[in-house]
Amino acid sequence: MTSEKAYKTLLGIIGGVLIIGLLLSIFFTLFINSLPSIKSFGFKFFLEKTWDPVFGNFGALPFIIGTLLTSIISLIISIPFSLSVSLFVGEFYRDTFLSKILETLIGILAVIPSVIIGLWALFYLTPIIRNIQAKLSLPPTGVCIFTASLTLSIMILPYATSVGKEVIKLVPNDLKEAGFSFGATSYEVVKKIVFPYARSGILAGFLLSFGRAIGETMAVTMVIGNSNYIPKNIFSPGNTISSVIANEFLEAVENIHISSLIELALILFLITFIMNFVANIIIKRMRVKI
Amino acid sequence: MESEIIKIEDFSAGYGNSIAIKDINLGILKNKITAIMGPSGCGKTTLIRCINRMHELNKDAFHKGNIYLDGKNIFEMNTVLLRRRIGMVFQKPNPFPHLTIYENVLAGYIINGIKLRKEERDRIVEETLKKVALWEEVKDKLYLNGTQFSGGQQQRLCIARVLALNPEIILLDEPTSSLDPKSTIEIENLLEKLKNNVTIIIVTHNISQASRIADYVAFLYLGELIEFGKSEKIFTAPENPITEEYLSGKFG
Amino acid sequence: MKIFKDKIFRFFVIFFSFLSIVPLLFFFFTILKKGFTAINWEFLTSLPKPPGEIGGGILNGIVGSFILIFLASFFSIPTGIFLGLFLYEFSDKKFGEFCNTLIDVLQGIPSIVIGIIAYLWIVKQMDHFSAISGAIALSLIFLPIIIKSTKESLQMIPFSLIESSLSLGATYPRTILKVILPCSLNGIISGILTGIGRIAGETAPLLFTAFGNPFLNFNILKPVSSLPHLIFVYTMSPYENWHKHAWGCALILVIIVLFLNSISKIGFRRWKVKL
Repeated sequence: MTSEKAYKTLLGIIGGVLIIGLLLSIFFTLFINSLPSIKSFGFKFFLEKTWDPVFGNFGALPFIIGTLLTSIISLIISIPFSLSVSLFVGEFYRDTFLSKILETLIGILAVIPSVIIGLWALFYLTPIIRNIQAKLSLPPTGVCIFTASLTLSIMILPYATSVGKEVIKLVPNDLKEAGFSFGATSYEVVKKIVFPYARSGILAGFLLSFGRAIGETMAVTMVIGNSNYIPKNIFSPGNTISSVIANEFLEAVENIHISSLIELALILFLITFIMNFVANIIIKRMRVKI
Repeated sequence: MESEIIKIEDFSAGYGNSIAIKDINLGILKNKITAIMGPSGCGKTTLIRCINRMHELNKDAFHKGNIYLDGKNIFEMNTVLLRRRIGMVFQKPNPFPHLTIYENVLAGYIINGIKLRKEERDRIVEETLKKVALWEEVKDKLYLNGTQFSGGQQQRLCIARVLALNPEIILLDEPTSSLDPKSTIEIENLLEKLKNNVTIIIVTHNISQASRIADYVAFLYLGELIEFGKSEKIFTAPENPITEEYLSGKFG
Repeated sequence: MKIFKDKIFRFFVIFFSFLSIVPLLFFFFTILKKGFTAINWEFLTSLPKPPGEIGGGILNGIVGSFILIFLASFFSIPTGIFLGLFLYEFSDKKFGEFCNTLIDVLQGIPSIVIGIIAYLWIVKQMDHFSAISGAIALSLIFLPIIIKSTKESLQMIPFSLIESSLSLGATYPRTILKVILPCSLNGIISGILTGIGRIAGETAPLLFTAFGNPFLNFNILKPVSSLPHLIFVYTMSPYENWHKHAWGCALILVIIVLFLNSISKIGFRRWKVKL
């Protein structure tokens, strides 16, 4: 018995130190290097809309807006698609050959490197957007918030879909059959039985997709237009928190510029940290229910 | 000359808040086959898992009382050494899937890091597989994976694995309940052969199996030892009415 | 009316489901068409030519990616398996659950932030870019993948195997190291392959660490190129020739990533059946 205790104790101490130590170091590195920026700008950092490396004024508002816009729009665009595929694969055509193909294809989407999707989007989506911009009498840049959102929606689709289809599959058959035996149509069974039962799982899937969208860098950087101003509308160019870091970090020379970019990275870290904790709690609650 | 190799004294055990076996007093005789019988949930598995101290592995497991192996209290012994003297065969055959047949037989040595010379290893494998009547069937396939065989062969391999360590006692927990009749008879014949050198304690809910191979029978009901004695006596003239009802199939 | 609503609903579900794979199919078709024409022997075996000139290849990226993946594996695989064992042992304790959540957090950190971390930890100290800083950045992404697949593979081993080993007089640590871990090996390898597929395609963490290099470089203390980095740089450049190279590079990378993912999945399924 003692060798077991010794083994577990050793494992526990080293493992705990490594994991907790790693995450603490990540946080502290980001925090300490953001201090110059935090000290200079304080809370105004989030509200200032000017990001001006030349004059040393750094306000993160354009990027916060850019990130929120692209993430929210991409989530909204992807919702009908991910719900449809989840229903197709998890309910209506469950376990059929067709649904396996669909699942495989969407699964492939999840592993394609972001930079490659960016490449494709840059050469094939932007011309389409350019047409739309021209028709709306807007400057035909092709690259803009909307292009980035559209690209993101394709990329985040697999995440909500995979969670969604799993929870939909878990809805107990007898509940559904009860609905059918009352003469309900599939639509009614889905609306009144399947969705309510699977609701928290589906929401967790959306949260997962949203979290992915917030942190996504490469494809967004390639098609968002790299502008440090608050976008006038969704067809204006812009920047997200991650894309401005990717675009400017190598060129930043002034300490305060670098520190501001690192503060942005810290913000990203904190956002994804919180989202992960919340998602974990939701999933744990669901396990208890099942 | 019959001697007691295991002595169970005022022994109780259970999990968390529930008691599985209560105040058991039992002596197991050397080189005999003792069957532990009773309806489901009567505590037979708990009892034999206490003998090799596997019961302690369960969460919230507790026990009270003593068990002696050849006069020494097993709870004062090193569990590792104890389990090499008392081997265990489980209900579902479970050869190690990452080892070959050859390695499975020697698993007790391999896992414990005991190094043997090649001649020694070959000898143990051949002798043990012959003892369990597997040698002829697998001697050309020793390097195949341990899971590629029938249930009966796998279970004999598991018995071989235990025998390779030369234990004094082998505990078997319903070893044939997942096997077909032919394999069951093979195993029963094997146990009868082995008892000359090893003490065998077998948990079984199969009354006819017990009547075929057991020398002694211990009947458990609701965690208590109802009756213990020579098998001919228990089967023909049980003293306790509950024993009689169980054996005549009134419940089980 | 009810039936009408139902039919429309079903129609939309099917419609949107199929619509969702249209971009994907279009994407594959494009990448095959444009990438295929770019790939030839010179492409795979030579270094890039100066911008604007025709010809040249992606050898620096191929070699660089190998170096980065090899180094990242060296850092992450032993540590990842160890931490996977740790999470497995403590999975039913609050402490273990907490650490598990921390690993989930690590996995969720955007790769650009990981790049910044590696920059601050290493590049800034060394005062120049290097392959090793890129490898460390990739390790931070690789690590949680290995940890999780190790933990899940270990959890799939039936308790009866642990019991059998213990009943043969083996101690618990020996049981884990000589029985449970070897039995989980296939599952762990599956996770490693998936992880390699993931880090092979990562660009953001390498932007400020490995930095890229138009020449062949085997010195891990110097900057190194990589396939995804080349794709990024070539795509954003104004040169037609480099765009062509970007497609060729993308096709190769996609094939590698899909290949790794599929053998990982197939291997995992086969191993799961054996258990």
